[in-house]
Amino acid sequence: MLIAILSLTLLGAVLGLGLGLAARRFHVEGDPLVAQIEALMPGSNCGQCGFPGCPGAASAIAAGSAPVTACPPGGRALAKALAEKLGIAIDLGQVADAGPRIAAVAEEICIGCCRCIKVCPTDAIVGAAKQIHNVMREACTGCGNCVERCPTEAVTLQPVPVTLQHWVWPRPQLAGA
Amino acid sequence: MGLLERFFKPSWGVHPDDHKRPAADVPLRTLPLPERLYVPLQQHVGGPARPVVLAGQKVLKGQLLAEAQGNISAPVHAPTSGRVLAIGEVTAPHPSGLAQLAITLASDGDERWLEREPVADPFALAPEEIARLTAAAGVVGLGGATFPAAVKFNLGRRLKVSTLIVNGGECEPYLSSDDAVMRVRAAEVVDGLRIVMHAIGAANALVGIEDNKPEAIAAMRAAAAPFGDVAIRPVPARYPMGSDKQLIQVLTGKEVPADARAAEVGVLVHNVSTCAAVHRALRRGEALVERIVTVNGGAVRAPGNLLAPIGARVADLLAFAGLAAEPARLILGGPMMGTLLPHANVPLVKGASGVLAFDAREAARPAAGPCIRCGSCTVACPMGLLPLEMASRIRAGDLAGATGFGLSDCISCGCCAWVCPSHIPLVQYFSHARGELAAGERARLRNEATRRLVEQRGERLARDAREKAAAAAKRKAERDAAKAKAAAATESAAASSAAVSAKAVSP
Amino acid sequence: MTAYLLLLISTALVNNVVLVKFLGLCPFMGVSRNMDSAFGMGLATTFVITLACAATWMLEHWLLAPFGLGYLRILCFILVIAAAVQFVEMVVKHSAPALYQALGIYLPLITTNCAVLGVALLTVQEKMGFVETLVYGFGSALGFTVVMLMFAGMRERLALARVPAAFAGAPVSFVLASLLSLAFMGFAGLNFQAP
Repeated sequence: MLIAILSLTLLGAVLGLGLGLAARRFHVEGDPLVAQIEALMPGSNCGQCGFPGCPGAASAIAAGSAPVTACPPGGRALAKALAEKLGIAIDLGQVADAGPRIAAVAEEICIGCCRCIKVCPTDAIVGAAKQIHNVMREACTGCGNCVERCPTEAVTLQPVPVTLQHWVWPRPQLAGA
Repeated sequence: MGLLERFFKPSWGVHPDDHKRPAADVPLRTLPLPERLYVPLQQHVGGPARPVVLAGQKVLKGQLLAEAQGNISAPVHAPTSGRVLAIGEVTAPHPSGLAQLAITLASDGDERWLEREPVADPFALAPEEIARLTAAAGVVGLGGATFPAAVKFNLGRRLKVSTLIVNGGECEPYLSSDDAVMRVRAAEVVDGLRIVMHAIGAANALVGIEDNKPEAIAAMRAAAAPFGDVAIRPVPARYPMGSDKQLIQVLTGKEVPADARAAEVGVLVHNVSTCAAVHRALRRGEALVERIVTVNGGAVRAPGNLLAPIGARVADLLAFAGLAAEPARLILGGPMMGTLLPHANVPLVKGASGVLAFDAREAARPAAGPCIRCGSCTVACPMGLLPLEMASRIRAGDLAGATGFGLSDCISCGCCAWVCPSHIPLVQYFSHARGELAAGERARLRNEATRRLVEQRGERLARDAREKAAAAAKRKAERDAAKAKAAAATESAAASSAAVSAKAVSP
Repeated sequence: MTAYLLLLISTALVNNVVLVKFLGLCPFMGVSRNMDSAFGMGLATTFVITLACAATWMLEHWLLAPFGLGYLRILCFILVIAAAVQFVEMVVKHSAPALYQALGIYLPLITTNCAVLGVALLTVQEKMGFVETLVYGFGSALGFTVVMLMFAGMRERLALARVPAAFAGAPVSFVLASLLSLAFMGFAGLNFQAP
C-alpha cells in the first residue's frame, strides 16, 4: 500500500517537474498566429465585429472564440483566407456577403455637418462645414460608421457597381447536380 | 529539333475544321461608311485613354480623340471626319454585356484626313522615335492581345532581342483577316516588319505562316525576296499555332519559361497586321483607324473579309454581309478564344479580327456531363497542363490547388474544352478561377491601402492635436504677454497719472 | 535483425492499429481532411507512442512488476502518456503554430487515443523485451501514420468528386474507411516463412 502511494506520488512529481521545465523552455511569447491573422484583416478598426478594433478581433479569432466570418467588411474573401490559415473548413454559403458595399452621399439631403467625416476610419469622406460631402470610392471600406452618424440619413451603403475590370466569369453550372 | 521529337511528334493542340474557305478567297471588300461610329476609350490592355475632344466638336479623320494615359496605354483616333455627338457609355464587346465609355461620332461622309506627316525614311530615325510615332498612332497588337505595340518595342530593345517573330499563324478556325492582310498588303507587312526590326534592334525576322494559306505564303515570299534577313517559314496548321509561346517553340526551338516573357529568350512576337499598321503609321502618317476583319459563320450570307473603320457596329458589318438566318451566337474574334457578344449593337475594336455569326447548328453545344478522367485534355493542352485536375479543384472551390497545377500558365486556348468528350466548359472554369484570384488580389491590395489610410489618419489626428496644443500654448503665451503688457501699461499709466496728479497737486 | 524487421512489418501492416485492430479511430476520422494536418498528427502520435512504449516498459519492469503493483498499470500508463502528450503539445505550439491550430482539439486528445494505451498494454501482455517494445511501438505508429496519410489523400480526392447528396461528407468517408480496412485485412495472408 505504502509502496503504491509512494511510487505514484514520485511518478507524478517527476513528470510534473519535467513538464514544468519544458513549459519554461518552450514558452511562447504572445501568439504568433494573432499577428498573422491581424495582417489579413482590413485594419480599419471599424468595430462592426463587436471587438475593440482589428487586433481584438484577431486574437478572438485565433483563440477560437469568434468565427472566421466575424468581419463584415472583409466579407467572404477574408473568411476564406482565415479559414485557410487556421486549417478549418467553413461553408462559405453561410457567410452573409452581399458583395462589397461602399458609402454614398445623397447630395440633396446632405446638410454639410461634418459628423461623418470625423468617424470615418480611413478619411474617405471629403467636405467642409455647410458643403456637400462626398465619398472617395477607392478609400471607403464600407464599414458603415458614417451611416449611423448621419443626422439626415443622407449616407447609405450602396453595392459597388460591377465594371468591366471587376467582372468575373461565373462558375459553370453542373448538369444534373 | 531533337532526335526524340523527330520520332515522337509533339501531340499538343487540336485540328478543328478550319472553315476558312470560301471566306478567305473572296476579294477584300470595303464596308460603306456607317452614319454613326462608336469609338471605345479602351481597346487595349492597360489604362483607358482620356478624351481630348468635346461633344459637338468637329473632327477630321485620324484626329486624336483620346490620349494615352499611363505607361501602358494607347490613344484612339477619329475613324472618319465628322462631329463628336457624345462621350458616354455603350455596350462593350465583352461577354458580360456591361457598358464602357466610348466617343460617338456622326460621320459627315467626306472622309477628310487630318494633315498627315509621312516619314520618308523610317530607317534613318532613332528607334525611340519609331516607338514614339507608333505609340502616337495608337497601334496595338492586332492579333487579339491588343498590347500597345510601342511598349513592346521598348521592352525588346531593352532586353536586346535578336529575332523578330512575325505571327501569321492565324490558327483559329473561320478567321482569315491576317491571311487577307498578307495577300493584299504583303509589301506593307514586309516593310512594317523591317521597321519593327529596326525599332527593336533585331538582326533577323522569321515569319511563321500556317501551311493552309499557300496564297499568303507565296505573296509574302515574293515581297520578302529582296531582303535576306526576312525568312518566310511555313508551319504546320495546328491550333493554337498562332499563340506566342507555341510559335516561338516551333520556329526557334526555344521554350519560353512559365514565368518569363518571350523577350527574355531573345525573341519578340508581332502580328502581321500589327506590322502593316506600323508601316501605315510611319510611311503614311496614318493612325490606326481601320482594320481588316473577317465576317464569317453559318448565318452569314456572303462571308468574306471587310475593310471596316474602328467603331463600326457589329450590326453594320453583318447587315453589309447579309444574314441568311437569325444568328444563334455572335462572337467577336475566333470561335476558340473570341468574345461572346450579348448582341450585335457593339462597336468593332482594334483587336477584333473577326465577327462570327453562327447558325443554330454551329452554335449547338451539348450539355456538360461528368468528367470521366479520359485525359484527352492533358494530351491536347499546348502548355502541358492538367486541365481536368485544375477544373475539378476549381469546381470544389480550391483555387490555390488549381494554381498549384499551373492555372497561371493557361493561355485559355480552348483546346481542352474542344476535345472534351463530356463537353465540360473547362475554359470557363479557368476564366472564373482567374477572375476570382484577381479579385482576391485586389481585395488584398485594398486591405493594405486601407491600413495605410488608417495609419495616415492616426498621424493626422496626432498632428492636429499637437498643432492645436501648440496653438493653444502660443495663444496663452500671447495672452499672458498681452496681460503683462496691459498690466505694465496700466501700472505706468497709473504711475504717470499719479505723477500727473501729484504734479497737479504739487503746485 | 530479421525478427525486428518482421515485427516492424507485421505491426505496421498486418496488425495495423487503425484498420485491423480498430484503435485510434477518432483522429483517423477527425484530422484526415488534408494531407498536411494528417501528417502532423501522424508525427505527433508516432512520437507519443514510441516514447510511451519506452517509458511504460521501464515502469512495468522496474516498478510495477517487482512490487506487484499490476493493478496500477492503467493508471500509471495514462499518467505517462498524458505527460508525453502535454510535452508534444508545448513543442508543437512553440514551433508550428499553424499545425497546432489545425490539429486543434485532436492534439490533447492523443491522451485518450486508445491506440497509444492499447499499444502500451499489448507490449506488456506479450511480455516483450525493451527493443522489441520499441520496435512494436514505432511500427504501430508508422502504420498509423501511413494509414492517416493514405486516408487523407483519398479524402482530398473525394472532396473533388461528385458524391450523391445522401452520401456526401461523413457517410462516404466511412465507406472509404471500410474499403481501406478490407484492403488491409488482405495483409493477413502474407507468408513470412521461407518456402
